[in-house]
Amino acid sequence: MARVWRLGDNVNTDQIIPGRYNVTTDRAELAKRCLCEHRPDFAGGVAAGDVLVAGRNFGCGSSREHAAVALKASGLAAVVAISFARIFYRNAINIGLPVLIAPEAAALEDGDEIKIDAAAGVIRDLTHARVFQAEPLPEFVQRIVEAGGIIPLVRQQGRLTAPAMAD
Amino acid sequence: MGTLSEEILSRKVGRRVQAGEIIVVDLDLVMSHDTTTPLAMEAFYGLTRQESIQTTQTPAGSAARPTGIFDRSRVVIAFDHIVPAATIQAAALQRSIRSFAREQGLGQVYQEGVGHQIILEKGFVVPGDVVVGADSHTCTYGALGAFATGMGSTDIGVAYATGQTWFRVPETIAVRLIGQFAPGVFAKDAILHIVGILGADGASNFAVEFLGETVERMTQSERFTLSNMAIEMGAEVGLIAPDAVTVEYLRARTTRSFELLQPRAPQYAREIVVDVSRLEPQIACPPDVDHVVPLHEVEGLPIDQLFLGTCSNGRIDDLAIAADILRGQQIHPNTRMVVVPASREVYLEALRRGYIEIFTEAGALVEAASCGPCIGRHQGVLSAGERALTTMNRNFTGRMGDPTAEIYLGSPATIAASAITGVITDPRQHFVG
Repeated sequence: MARVWRLGDNVNTDQIIPGRYNVTTDRAELAKRCLCEHRPDFAGGVAAGDVLVAGRNFGCGSSREHAAVALKASGLAAVVAISFARIFYRNAINIGLPVLIAPEAAALEDGDEIKIDAAAGVIRDLTHARVFQAEPLPEFVQRIVEAGGIIPLVRQQGRLTAPAMAD
Repeated sequence: MGTLSEEILSRKVGRRVQAGEIIVVDLDLVMSHDTTTPLAMEAFYGLTRQESIQTTQTPAGSAARPTGIFDRSRVVIAFDHIVPAATIQAAALQRSIRSFAREQGLGQVYQEGVGHQIILEKGFVVPGDVVVGADSHTCTYGALGAFATGMGSTDIGVAYATGQTWFRVPETIAVRLIGQFAPGVFAKDAILHIVGILGADGASNFAVEFLGETVERMTQSERFTLSNMAIEMGAEVGLIAPDAVTVEYLRARTTRSFELLQPRAPQYAREIVVDVSRLEPQIACPPDVDHVVPLHEVEGLPIDQLFLGTCSNGRIDDLAIAADILRGQQIHPNTRMVVVPASREVYLEALRRGYIEIFTEAGALVEAASCGPCIGRHQGVLSAGERALTTMNRNFTGRMGDPTAEIYLGSPATIAASAITGVITDPRQHFVG
Protein backbone atom coordinates (compact mmCIF):
# COMPACT_ATOMS: atom_id res chain seq x y z
CA MET A 1 0.00 0.00 0.00
CA ALA A 2 1.23 3.43 -0.86
CA ARG A 3 0.22 6.96 -0.19
CA VAL A 4 -0.63 9.55 -2.84
CA TRP A 5 1.15 12.90 -2.79
CA ARG A 6 -1.10 15.07 -4.94
CA LEU A 7 0.29 18.15 -6.72
CA GLY A 8 -1.30 20.48 -9.28
CA ASP A 9 -0.54 21.62 -12.83
CA ASN A 10 2.73 23.04 -14.18
CA VAL A 11 4.93 21.94 -11.28
CA ASN A 12 8.33 23.08 -12.53
CA THR A 13 11.77 21.70 -11.78
CA ASP A 14 12.65 24.82 -9.77
CA GLN A 15 9.88 23.75 -7.41
CA ILE A 16 10.99 20.11 -7.37
CA ILE A 17 14.56 21.12 -6.50
CA PRO A 18 15.23 24.86 -6.12
CA GLY A 19 18.35 26.22 -7.81
CA ARG A 20 19.93 26.97 -4.45
CA TYR A 21 19.96 23.28 -3.57
CA ASN A 22 20.94 21.52 -6.79
CA VAL A 23 24.60 22.37 -6.38
CA THR A 24 25.35 18.75 -5.53
CA THR A 25 25.00 15.26 -6.96
CA ASP A 26 24.52 13.73 -3.51
CA ARG A 27 21.27 11.76 -3.72
CA ALA A 28 20.41 11.99 -0.01
CA GLU A 29 21.03 15.73 -0.01
CA LEU A 30 18.81 16.22 -3.08
CA ALA A 31 16.05 14.07 -1.55
CA LYS A 32 16.18 16.16 1.62
CA ARG A 33 15.45 19.33 -0.40
CA CYS A 34 12.94 17.76 -2.80
CA LEU A 35 9.81 19.96 -3.08
CA CYS A 36 11.04 21.76 0.05
CA GLU A 37 9.15 24.96 -0.63
CA HIS A 38 6.27 23.77 -2.81
CA ARG A 39 5.34 20.90 -0.52
CA PRO A 40 7.29 21.33 2.73
CA ASP A 41 5.85 18.15 4.32
CA PHE A 42 7.02 15.91 1.44
CA ALA A 43 10.68 15.21 2.22
CA GLY A 44 10.00 14.39 5.85
CA GLY A 45 6.79 12.44 5.22
CA VAL A 46 7.40 10.44 2.05
CA ALA A 47 7.81 6.68 2.49
CA ALA A 48 9.42 4.24 0.09
CA GLY A 49 6.85 3.13 -2.46
CA ASP A 50 4.69 6.26 -2.26
CA VAL A 51 3.39 7.79 -5.48
CA LEU A 52 3.34 11.39 -6.62
CA VAL A 53 0.25 12.30 -8.66
CA ALA A 54 0.28 15.57 -10.57
CA GLY A 55 -1.75 17.46 -13.13
CA ARG A 56 -0.60 18.78 -16.49
CA ASN A 57 2.93 19.54 -17.63
CA PHE A 58 4.73 18.05 -14.65
CA GLY A 59 8.44 18.90 -14.54
CA CYS A 60 8.38 21.89 -16.88
CA GLY A 61 11.14 24.50 -16.99
CA SER A 62 14.79 23.89 -16.34
CA SER A 63 16.42 20.73 -17.74
CA ARG A 64 18.03 19.99 -14.35
CA GLU A 65 18.07 16.22 -14.01
CA HIS A 66 18.51 16.77 -10.28
CA ALA A 67 14.69 17.04 -10.18
CA ALA A 68 14.14 13.47 -11.38
CA VAL A 69 17.09 12.29 -9.29
CA ALA A 70 15.66 13.94 -6.16
CA LEU A 71 12.23 12.36 -6.67
CA LYS A 72 13.76 8.94 -7.26
CA ALA A 73 16.01 9.31 -4.23
CA SER A 74 12.91 10.14 -2.16
CA GLY A 75 11.83 6.55 -2.68
CA LEU A 76 8.83 7.20 -4.89
CA ALA A 77 7.56 4.14 -6.76
CA ALA A 78 6.34 6.33 -9.61
CA VAL A 79 5.19 9.74 -10.72
CA VAL A 80 1.73 9.74 -12.31
CA ALA A 81 0.50 12.80 -14.21
CA ILE A 82 -1.98 14.00 -16.80
CA SER A 83 1.04 15.02 -18.88
CA PHE A 84 4.77 15.54 -18.47
CA ALA A 85 7.14 18.18 -19.80
CA ARG A 86 9.39 16.56 -22.41
CA ILE A 87 12.80 17.01 -20.79
CA PHE A 88 11.68 15.80 -17.36
CA TYR A 89 9.99 12.79 -18.95
CA ARG A 90 13.18 11.79 -20.75
CA ASN A 91 15.25 12.33 -17.61
CA ALA A 92 12.96 10.11 -15.52
CA ILE A 93 12.93 7.33 -18.12
CA ASN A 94 16.71 7.60 -18.50
CA ILE A 95 17.41 7.10 -14.80
CA GLY A 96 14.74 4.48 -14.19
CA LEU A 97 12.15 6.56 -12.32
CA PRO A 98 8.76 5.20 -13.47
CA VAL A 99 6.58 7.93 -15.02
CA LEU A 100 3.00 7.10 -15.95
CA ILE A 101 0.66 9.19 -18.09
CA ALA A 102 -2.81 8.55 -16.69
CA PRO A 103 -5.21 11.50 -17.08
CA GLU A 104 -8.05 9.78 -15.19
CA ALA A 105 -5.79 9.21 -12.21
CA ALA A 106 -5.96 12.97 -11.64
CA ALA A 107 -9.11 12.08 -9.68
CA LEU A 108 -6.82 10.78 -6.94
CA GLU A 109 -6.57 12.98 -3.88
CA ASP A 110 -3.79 13.73 -1.50
CA GLY A 111 -3.45 10.99 1.08
CA ASP A 112 -5.39 8.36 -0.89
CA GLU A 113 -4.17 4.82 -0.42
CA ILE A 114 -3.23 3.10 -3.65
CA LYS A 115 -1.44 0.08 -4.97
CA ILE A 116 0.61 0.55 -8.09
CA ASP A 117 2.11 -1.81 -10.64
CA ALA A 118 4.31 0.63 -12.51
CA ALA A 119 5.46 -1.90 -15.12
CA ALA A 120 1.86 -2.77 -16.02
CA GLY A 121 0.69 0.83 -15.62
CA VAL A 122 -2.08 -0.21 -13.24
CA ILE A 123 -3.03 2.09 -10.36
CA ARG A 124 -5.51 0.68 -7.83
CA ASP A 125 -7.25 3.31 -5.73
CA LEU A 126 -7.94 1.49 -2.48
CA THR A 127 -9.59 4.51 -0.87
CA HIS A 128 -12.32 4.79 -3.50
CA ALA A 129 -12.18 1.25 -4.91
CA ARG A 130 -11.39 2.04 -8.52
CA VAL A 131 -8.66 1.24 -11.01
CA PHE A 132 -6.79 3.48 -13.42
CA GLN A 133 -4.80 2.29 -16.42
CA ALA A 134 -1.86 4.39 -17.60
CA GLU A 135 -1.21 4.94 -21.30
CA PRO A 136 1.13 2.33 -22.76
CA LEU A 137 4.68 3.52 -23.31
CA PRO A 138 5.88 3.99 -26.88
CA GLU A 139 7.87 0.91 -27.90
CA PHE A 140 11.17 2.78 -28.02
CA VAL A 141 10.66 4.18 -24.52
CA GLN A 142 9.60 0.74 -23.28
CA ARG A 143 12.99 -0.63 -24.36
CA ILE A 144 14.76 1.99 -22.22
CA VAL A 145 12.53 1.18 -19.24
CA GLU A 146 13.06 -2.57 -19.60
CA ALA A 147 16.83 -2.08 -19.72
CA GLY A 148 16.64 -0.09 -16.47
CA GLY A 149 17.57 3.22 -18.10
CA ILE A 150 19.40 4.62 -21.09
CA ILE A 151 22.90 3.85 -19.79
CA PRO A 152 22.33 0.09 -19.36
CA LEU A 153 20.55 0.03 -22.75
CA VAL A 154 23.42 1.68 -24.61
CA ARG A 155 25.92 -0.52 -22.77
CA GLN A 156 24.00 -3.58 -23.92
CA GLN A 157 23.68 -2.40 -27.50
CA GLY A 158 26.98 -0.57 -27.84
CA ARG A 159 25.13 2.37 -29.36
CA LEU A 160 21.71 3.97 -29.76
CA THR A 161 19.48 2.23 -32.27
CA ALA A 162 16.31 3.60 -33.81
CA PRO A 163 13.27 1.28 -33.87
CA ALA A 164 13.46 0.57 -37.61
CA MET A 165 17.09 -0.42 -37.25
CA ALA A 166 16.62 -2.39 -34.04
CA ASP A 167 17.84 -5.95 -33.90
CA MET B 1 8.45 18.43 -48.53
CA GLY B 2 8.54 19.21 -44.88
CA THR B 3 8.65 21.59 -41.97
CA LEU B 4 12.00 23.09 -41.09
CA SER B 5 12.44 20.38 -38.43
CA GLU B 6 11.73 17.65 -40.99
CA GLU B 7 14.08 19.25 -43.52
CA ILE B 8 16.95 19.55 -41.03
CA LEU B 9 16.51 16.07 -39.58
CA SER B 10 16.02 14.46 -43.02
CA ARG B 11 19.27 15.94 -44.25
CA LYS B 12 21.01 14.78 -41.11
CA VAL B 13 19.87 11.13 -41.27
CA GLY B 14 20.14 10.93 -45.05
CA ARG B 15 16.54 9.98 -45.81
CA ARG B 16 13.11 11.59 -45.65
CA VAL B 17 11.78 11.60 -42.09
CA GLN B 18 8.37 12.73 -40.95
CA ALA B 19 6.76 13.93 -37.76
CA GLY B 20 6.09 11.04 -35.39
CA GLU B 21 9.10 8.93 -36.36
CA ILE B 22 11.72 8.06 -33.79
CA ILE B 23 15.20 8.59 -35.16
CA VAL B 24 18.79 8.40 -34.00
CA VAL B 25 20.84 11.40 -35.11
CA ASP B 26 24.52 12.35 -35.27
CA LEU B 27 25.13 15.52 -33.29
CA ASP B 28 27.05 18.59 -34.43
CA LEU B 29 27.52 19.98 -30.92
CA VAL B 30 26.95 18.91 -27.32
CA MET B 31 26.96 21.49 -24.50
CA SER B 32 26.67 21.43 -20.74
CA HIS B 33 27.40 23.87 -17.92
CA ASP B 34 28.64 23.98 -14.36
CA THR B 35 25.36 22.80 -12.82
CA THR B 36 24.52 20.02 -15.27
CA THR B 37 27.97 18.68 -16.19
CA PRO B 38 28.58 16.70 -12.97
CA LEU B 39 25.58 14.39 -13.55
CA ALA B 40 26.52 14.14 -17.24
CA MET B 41 30.01 13.04 -16.17
CA GLU B 42 28.43 10.31 -14.02
CA ALA B 43 26.37 9.10 -17.00
CA PHE B 44 29.42 9.26 -19.27
CA TYR B 45 31.48 7.17 -16.85
CA GLY B 46 28.55 4.80 -16.38
CA LEU B 47 28.60 4.18 -20.10
CA THR B 48 32.31 4.16 -20.82
CA ARG B 49 33.90 2.56 -17.75
CA GLN B 50 34.38 -1.16 -17.84
CA GLU B 51 33.51 -1.97 -14.26
CA SER B 52 30.56 0.28 -13.53
CA ILE B 53 27.57 -1.83 -14.50
CA GLN B 54 27.03 -5.54 -14.92
CA THR B 55 25.37 -5.94 -18.30
CA THR B 56 23.89 -8.72 -20.29
CA GLN B 57 25.89 -10.06 -23.19
CA THR B 58 26.56 -7.66 -26.04
CA PRO B 59 24.35 -8.68 -28.97
CA ALA B 60 26.27 -10.11 -31.88
CA GLY B 61 26.96 -7.67 -34.67
CA SER B 62 26.58 -4.53 -32.60
CA ALA B 63 29.37 -2.01 -32.35
CA ALA B 64 31.73 -1.99 -29.40
CA ARG B 65 30.71 0.14 -26.48
CA PRO B 66 32.12 3.71 -26.59
CA THR B 67 35.09 4.33 -24.35
CA GLY B 68 35.66 8.09 -24.53
CA ILE B 69 34.49 11.46 -25.83
CA PHE B 70 33.13 11.00 -29.38
CA ASP B 71 34.71 14.16 -30.79
CA ARG B 72 36.43 16.75 -28.59
CA SER B 73 35.81 19.51 -31.15
CA ARG B 74 32.06 19.03 -30.75
CA VAL B 75 31.81 19.40 -26.97
CA VAL B 76 31.55 22.74 -25.16
CA ILE B 77 31.44 23.15 -21.39
CA ALA B 78 30.47 26.57 -20.08
CA PHE B 79 30.96 27.78 -16.54
CA ASP B 80 28.12 30.27 -16.38
CA HIS B 81 25.59 29.44 -13.66
CA ILE B 82 27.58 30.19 -10.51
CA VAL B 83 30.72 32.02 -11.62
CA PRO B 84 32.90 32.97 -10.05
CA ALA B 85 31.99 30.21 -7.59
CA ALA B 86 29.89 31.70 -4.81
CA THR B 87 30.09 28.80 -2.34
CA ILE B 88 32.55 26.08 -1.39
CA GLN B 89 30.07 23.51 -2.71
CA ALA B 90 29.91 25.20 -6.12
CA ALA B 91 33.69 25.55 -6.20
CA ALA B 92 34.11 21.83 -5.49
CA LEU B 93 31.75 20.87 -8.31
CA GLN B 94 33.54 23.20 -10.70
CA ARG B 95 36.88 21.73 -9.70
CA SER B 96 35.57 18.26 -10.52
CA ILE B 97 34.42 19.48 -13.94
CA ARG B 98 37.82 21.04 -14.71
CA SER B 99 39.48 17.81 -13.71
CA PHE B 100 37.13 15.87 -16.01
CA ALA B 101 37.84 18.26 -18.88
CA ARG B 102 41.61 17.85 -18.43
CA GLU B 103 41.35 14.07 -18.16
CA GLN B 104 39.24 13.85 -21.31
CA GLY B 105 41.28 16.44 -23.23
CA LEU B 106 38.36 18.82 -23.60
CA GLY B 107 39.67 22.21 -24.67
CA GLN B 108 36.45 24.10 -25.33
CA VAL B 109 35.81 25.07 -21.74
CA TYR B 110 34.73 28.66 -21.21
CA GLN B 111 34.09 31.00 -18.33
CA GLU B 112 33.23 34.21 -20.12
CA GLY B 113 29.47 34.53 -20.05
CA VAL B 114 26.29 32.57 -20.65
CA GLY B 115 27.21 29.37 -22.48
CA HIS B 116 24.49 29.84 -25.09
CA GLN B 117 25.70 33.32 -25.97
CA ILE B 118 29.33 32.17 -26.20
CA ILE B 119 28.41 29.24 -28.43
CA LEU B 120 26.53 31.58 -30.77
CA GLU B 121 29.24 34.26 -30.80
CA LYS B 122 32.04 31.80 -31.45
CA GLY B 123 30.22 30.36 -34.44
CA PHE B 124 29.84 26.84 -33.03
CA VAL B 125 26.38 26.54 -34.58
CA VAL B 126 25.37 26.99 -38.21
CA PRO B 127 22.05 26.45 -40.02
CA GLY B 128 21.13 22.79 -40.36
CA ASP B 129 23.06 21.69 -37.28
CA VAL B 130 21.59 19.34 -34.72
CA VAL B 131 22.60 20.31 -31.19
CA VAL B 132 21.76 19.11 -27.70
CA GLY B 133 22.63 20.88 -24.48
CA ALA B 134 22.17 20.13 -20.80
CA ASP B 135 20.24 23.34 -20.42
CA SER B 136 16.67 24.00 -21.43
CA HIS B 137 17.55 27.24 -23.23
CA THR B 138 19.66 25.42 -25.81
CA CYS B 139 16.63 26.08 -28.01
CA THR B 140 18.05 29.61 -28.51
CA TYR B 141 20.18 28.32 -31.41
CA GLY B 142 16.98 27.58 -33.34
CA ALA B 143 17.13 31.22 -34.42
CA LEU B 144 20.03 30.22 -36.70
CA GLY B 145 17.96 27.44 -38.26
CA ALA B 146 19.58 24.73 -36.15
CA PHE B 147 17.58 21.92 -34.55
CA ALA B 148 18.77 22.59 -31.00
CA THR B 149 17.15 21.41 -27.81
CA GLY B 150 17.70 21.03 -24.10
CA MET B 151 18.04 17.66 -22.41
CA GLY B 152 18.97 16.26 -19.04
CA SER B 153 22.46 15.30 -17.99
CA THR B 154 22.14 11.58 -18.72
CA ASP B 155 21.16 12.20 -22.35
CA ILE B 156 24.14 14.56 -22.55
CA GLY B 157 26.46 11.95 -21.02
CA VAL B 158 25.30 9.52 -23.71
CA ALA B 159 25.91 12.22 -26.32
CA TYR B 160 29.45 12.91 -25.00
CA ALA B 161 30.30 9.25 -25.58
CA THR B 162 28.30 8.31 -28.68
CA GLY B 163 27.88 11.61 -30.53
CA GLN B 164 24.26 10.67 -30.96
CA THR B 165 20.85 11.11 -29.47
CA TRP B 166 17.32 10.02 -30.27
CA PHE B 167 14.37 12.22 -31.15
CA ARG B 168 10.75 11.76 -31.97
CA VAL B 169 10.48 14.04 -35.03
CA PRO B 170 8.10 16.74 -33.78
CA GLU B 171 5.00 18.16 -35.37
CA THR B 172 5.20 21.92 -35.84
CA ILE B 173 3.19 24.90 -34.69
CA ALA B 174 3.81 27.91 -36.94
CA VAL B 175 3.81 31.30 -35.25
CA ARG B 176 3.46 34.01 -37.90
CA LEU B 177 4.33 37.56 -36.89
CA ILE B 178 3.01 40.37 -39.06
CA GLY B 179 3.09 44.16 -38.79
CA GLN B 180 5.58 46.62 -37.39
CA PHE B 181 6.34 47.16 -33.71
CA ALA B 182 5.27 50.49 -32.25
CA PRO B 183 8.26 52.46 -30.88
CA GLY B 184 9.09 51.10 -27.43
CA VAL B 185 7.71 47.61 -28.15
CA PHE B 186 10.17 44.81 -28.88
CA ALA B 187 10.76 41.15 -29.66
CA LYS B 188 10.59 40.36 -25.94
CA ASP B 189 7.07 41.76 -25.79
CA ALA B 190 6.12 39.63 -28.80
CA ILE B 191 7.44 36.38 -27.34
CA LEU B 192 5.86 37.05 -23.93
CA HIS B 193 2.56 37.66 -25.73
CA ILE B 194 2.96 34.42 -27.70
CA VAL B 195 3.73 32.39 -24.58
CA GLY B 196 0.63 33.94 -23.03
CA ILE B 197 -1.49 32.83 -25.99
CA LEU B 198 -0.14 29.29 -26.33
CA GLY B 199 0.37 28.61 -22.60
CA ALA B 200 3.10 26.90 -20.61
CA ASP B 201 2.45 23.54 -22.28
CA GLY B 202 0.77 24.84 -25.44
CA ALA B 203 3.63 23.63 -27.63
CA SER B 204 4.64 20.64 -25.49
CA ASN B 205 6.51 18.13 -27.66
CA PHE B 206 6.02 20.34 -30.71
CA ALA B 207 8.50 22.31 -32.73
CA VAL B 208 7.67 25.99 -33.10
CA GLU B 209 8.59 27.85 -36.28
CA PHE B 210 8.61 31.63 -36.06
CA LEU B 211 7.96 33.15 -39.47
CA GLY B 212 6.42 36.09 -41.28
CA GLU B 213 7.46 39.57 -42.35
CA THR B 214 8.14 40.79 -38.81
CA VAL B 215 10.57 37.94 -38.12
CA GLU B 216 12.25 38.51 -41.49
CA ARG B 217 12.91 42.15 -40.52
CA MET B 218 14.32 41.24 -37.09
CA THR B 219 18.00 41.37 -36.24
CA GLN B 220 19.67 38.09 -35.32
CA SER B 221 19.70 39.14 -31.66
CA GLU B 222 15.96 39.76 -31.65
CA ARG B 223 15.47 36.35 -33.23
CA PHE B 224 17.49 34.77 -30.42
CA THR B 225 15.05 36.32 -27.94
CA LEU B 226 12.14 34.61 -29.72
CA SER B 227 13.75 31.17 -29.97
CA ASN B 228 15.12 31.39 -26.42
CA MET B 229 11.63 31.31 -24.96
CA ALA B 230 10.22 28.46 -27.09
CA ILE B 231 10.80 26.14 -24.11
CA GLU B 232 8.50 28.33 -22.00
CA MET B 233 5.61 26.92 -24.04
CA GLY B 234 7.07 23.42 -23.82
CA ALA B 235 8.42 23.44 -27.39
CA GLU B 236 11.26 21.10 -28.27
CA VAL B 237 12.80 23.66 -30.63
CA GLY B 238 12.06 27.24 -31.69
CA LEU B 239 13.15 27.50 -35.29
CA ILE B 240 13.61 30.42 -37.64
CA ALA B 241 14.48 29.81 -41.29
CA PRO B 242 17.98 31.13 -42.00
CA ASP B 243 18.39 34.02 -44.44
CA ALA B 244 20.73 36.92 -45.26
CA VAL B 245 20.57 38.14 -41.65
CA THR B 246 21.80 34.73 -40.47
CA VAL B 247 24.60 34.71 -43.03
CA GLU B 248 25.70 38.17 -41.98
CA TYR B 249 25.70 37.18 -38.29
CA LEU B 250 27.89 34.16 -39.02
CA ARG B 251 30.14 35.81 -41.61
CA ALA B 252 33.00 36.69 -39.26
CA ARG B 253 32.25 33.90 -36.78
CA THR B 254 32.74 30.69 -38.69
CA THR B 255 34.50 29.27 -41.70
CA ARG B 256 32.13 26.29 -41.85
CA SER B 257 29.97 26.02 -44.96
CA PHE B 258 26.26 25.52 -44.57
CA GLU B 259 23.01 25.35 -46.50
CA LEU B 260 20.15 27.73 -45.86
CA LEU B 261 17.59 24.98 -45.34
CA GLN B 262 14.00 26.18 -45.63
CA PRO B 263 10.63 24.58 -44.94
CA ARG B 264 9.22 23.14 -48.17
CA ALA B 265 5.43 22.90 -48.50
CA PRO B 266 5.27 22.30 -44.76
CA GLN B 267 2.30 20.69 -43.05
CA TYR B 268 1.83 22.61 -39.82
CA ALA B 269 -0.26 21.11 -37.04
CA ARG B 270 -1.44 24.61 -36.24
CA GLU B 271 -0.69 28.19 -37.20
CA ILE B 272 -1.24 31.29 -35.11
CA VAL B 273 -0.90 34.83 -36.41
CA VAL B 274 0.15 37.74 -34.22
CA ASP B 275 -0.09 41.32 -35.48
CA VAL B 276 2.65 43.06 -33.50
CA SER B 277 1.61 46.53 -34.64
CA ARG B 278 -1.21 46.42 -32.10
CA LEU B 279 0.98 45.15 -29.29
CA GLU B 280 1.75 47.19 -26.20
CA PRO B 281 4.60 46.30 -23.84
CA GLN B 282 3.90 42.97 -22.15
CA ILE B 283 4.62 41.70 -18.64
CA ALA B 284 4.70 38.09 -17.44
CA CYS B 285 3.42 37.98 -13.88
CA PRO B 286 4.38 35.44 -11.23
CA PRO B 287 4.39 32.53 -10.84
CA ASP B 288 4.22 31.27 -14.46
CA VAL B 289 5.67 32.57 -17.71
CA ASP B 290 2.31 32.24 -19.49
CA HIS B 291 0.64 34.61 -17.01
CA VAL B 292 1.10 37.53 -19.41
CA VAL B 293 -0.75 40.84 -19.32
CA PRO B 294 -0.44 44.15 -21.18
CA LEU B 295 1.82 46.40 -19.14
CA HIS B 296 -0.92 48.89 -18.21
CA GLU B 297 -2.59 46.24 -16.02
CA VAL B 298 0.37 46.20 -13.64
CA GLU B 299 1.66 49.73 -14.22
CA GLY B 300 2.80 51.50 -11.05
CA LEU B 301 3.62 48.33 -9.10
CA PRO B 302 6.68 49.08 -6.90
CA ILE B 303 9.82 47.12 -7.80
CA ASP B 304 12.65 46.31 -5.36
CA GLN B 305 15.17 45.04 -7.92
CA LEU B 306 15.61 45.31 -11.67
CA PHE B 307 17.76 42.90 -13.59
CA LEU B 308 18.95 43.31 -17.18
CA GLY B 309 20.76 40.34 -18.69
CA THR B 310 20.55 36.57 -19.42
CA CYS B 311 20.55 34.42 -22.57
CA SER B 312 17.17 35.95 -23.31
CA ASN B 313 18.11 39.65 -23.29
CA GLY B 314 21.71 40.30 -22.26
CA ARG B 315 23.09 41.12 -25.71
CA ILE B 316 24.57 44.40 -26.88
CA ASP B 317 21.36 45.66 -28.51
CA ASP B 318 19.47 44.96 -25.27
CA LEU B 319 22.06 46.94 -23.32
CA ALA B 320 21.90 49.69 -25.96
CA ILE B 321 18.13 50.10 -25.52
CA ALA B 322 18.51 50.32 -21.74
CA ALA B 323 21.54 52.64 -21.92
CA ASP B 324 19.70 55.06 -24.20
CA ILE B 325 16.93 55.33 -21.61
CA LEU B 326 19.26 55.55 -18.59
CA ARG B 327 21.76 58.02 -20.08
CA GLY B 328 22.07 60.91 -17.62
CA GLN B 329 19.35 59.45 -15.38
CA GLN B 330 19.45 58.11 -11.84
CA ILE B 331 17.94 54.87 -10.64
CA HIS B 332 15.10 55.64 -8.25
CA PRO B 333 16.22 55.51 -4.60
CA ASN B 334 13.44 53.04 -3.75
CA THR B 335 14.84 50.41 -6.08
CA ARG B 336 18.14 48.89 -7.24
CA MET B 337 19.40 47.53 -10.54
CA VAL B 338 21.73 44.73 -11.59
CA VAL B 339 23.15 44.57 -15.13
CA VAL B 340 24.90 41.41 -16.36
CA PRO B 341 26.18 41.40 -19.95
CA ALA B 342 25.59 37.98 -21.53
CA SER B 343 29.22 37.51 -22.55
CA ARG B 344 32.69 38.97 -22.47
CA GLU B 345 32.20 40.11 -26.08
CA VAL B 346 29.03 41.96 -25.07
CA TYR B 347 30.76 43.39 -22.00
CA LEU B 348 33.73 44.68 -24.02
CA GLU B 349 31.48 46.24 -26.64
CA ALA B 350 29.38 47.85 -23.89
CA LEU B 351 32.58 49.29 -22.44
CA ARG B 352 33.64 50.71 -25.80
CA ARG B 353 30.24 52.29 -26.35
CA GLY B 354 30.13 53.80 -22.86
CA TYR B 355 27.11 51.79 -21.67
CA ILE B 356 28.89 50.43 -18.59
CA GLU B 357 29.65 54.02 -17.61
CA ILE B 358 26.01 55.00 -18.15
CA PHE B 359 24.70 52.11 -16.03
CA THR B 360 27.26 52.69 -13.30
CA GLU B 361 26.67 56.45 -13.18
CA ALA B 362 22.94 55.78 -12.98
CA GLY B 363 23.58 53.65 -9.90
CA ALA B 364 23.27 50.13 -11.33
CA LEU B 365 25.60 47.34 -10.25
CA VAL B 366 27.29 45.82 -13.30
CA GLU B 367 28.39 42.22 -12.73
CA ALA B 368 30.78 40.05 -14.72
CA ALA B 369 29.33 38.20 -17.72
CA SER B 370 27.37 35.10 -16.60
CA CYS B 371 23.82 33.92 -15.92
CA GLY B 372 23.82 36.33 -12.97
CA PRO B 373 20.91 36.25 -10.51
CA CYS B 374 18.65 34.30 -12.91
CA ILE B 375 19.12 31.12 -10.87
CA GLY B 376 18.86 32.74 -7.45
CA ARG B 377 22.22 31.75 -6.05
CA HIS B 378 24.18 34.99 -6.05
CA GLN B 379 24.56 38.51 -7.51
CA GLY B 380 21.12 39.73 -6.51
CA VAL B 381 19.15 37.18 -4.47
CA LEU B 382 15.70 38.35 -3.37
CA SER B 383 14.43 38.48 0.19
CA ALA B 384 10.99 37.42 1.39
CA GLY B 385 8.33 39.78 0.12
CA GLU B 386 10.50 41.47 -2.49
CA ARG B 387 9.49 42.06 -6.09
CA ALA B 388 11.79 41.97 -9.13
CA LEU B 389 11.28 43.05 -12.72
CA THR B 390 13.71 41.33 -15.07
CA THR B 391 14.53 40.44 -18.66
CA MET B 392 14.81 36.76 -17.65
CA ASN B 393 12.83 34.01 -19.34
CA ARG B 394 11.41 32.49 -16.14
CA ASN B 395 9.46 33.92 -13.21
CA PHE B 396 8.99 30.70 -11.26
CA THR B 397 8.40 30.76 -7.51
CA GLY B 398 11.72 30.91 -5.67
CA ARG B 399 13.73 31.27 -8.87
CA MET B 400 15.65 34.31 -7.57
CA GLY B 401 15.67 33.55 -3.88
CA ASP B 402 12.94 33.49 -1.27
CA PRO B 403 9.79 31.66 -2.43
CA THR B 404 7.59 34.59 -1.44
CA ALA B 405 9.54 36.98 -3.68
CA GLU B 406 7.77 37.86 -6.93
CA ILE B 407 9.37 37.95 -10.38
CA TYR B 408 7.90 39.91 -13.28
CA LEU B 409 9.32 39.67 -16.82
CA GLY B 410 9.54 42.43 -19.41
CA SER B 411 11.68 43.92 -22.16
CA PRO B 412 14.99 45.73 -21.62
CA ALA B 413 13.19 49.02 -22.34
CA THR B 414 10.58 48.29 -19.68
CA ILE B 415 13.28 47.39 -17.16
CA ALA B 416 15.21 50.61 -17.86
CA ALA B 417 12.14 52.86 -17.76
CA SER B 418 11.05 51.25 -14.50
CA ALA B 419 14.50 51.72 -12.97
CA ILE B 420 14.07 55.49 -13.19
CA THR B 421 10.67 55.47 -11.47
CA GLY B 422 10.99 52.48 -9.14
CA VAL B 423 7.63 51.17 -10.34
CA ILE B 424 6.53 49.21 -13.44
CA THR B 425 6.57 51.88 -16.14
CA ASP B 426 5.57 51.97 -19.79
CA PRO B 427 8.78 52.60 -21.75
CA ARG B 428 6.98 54.07 -24.78
CA GLN B 429 7.26 57.57 -23.27
CA HIS B 430 11.03 57.31 -23.96
CA PHE B 431 10.44 56.59 -27.65
CA VAL B 432 8.33 59.58 -28.63
CA GLY B 433 9.46 61.56 -31.66
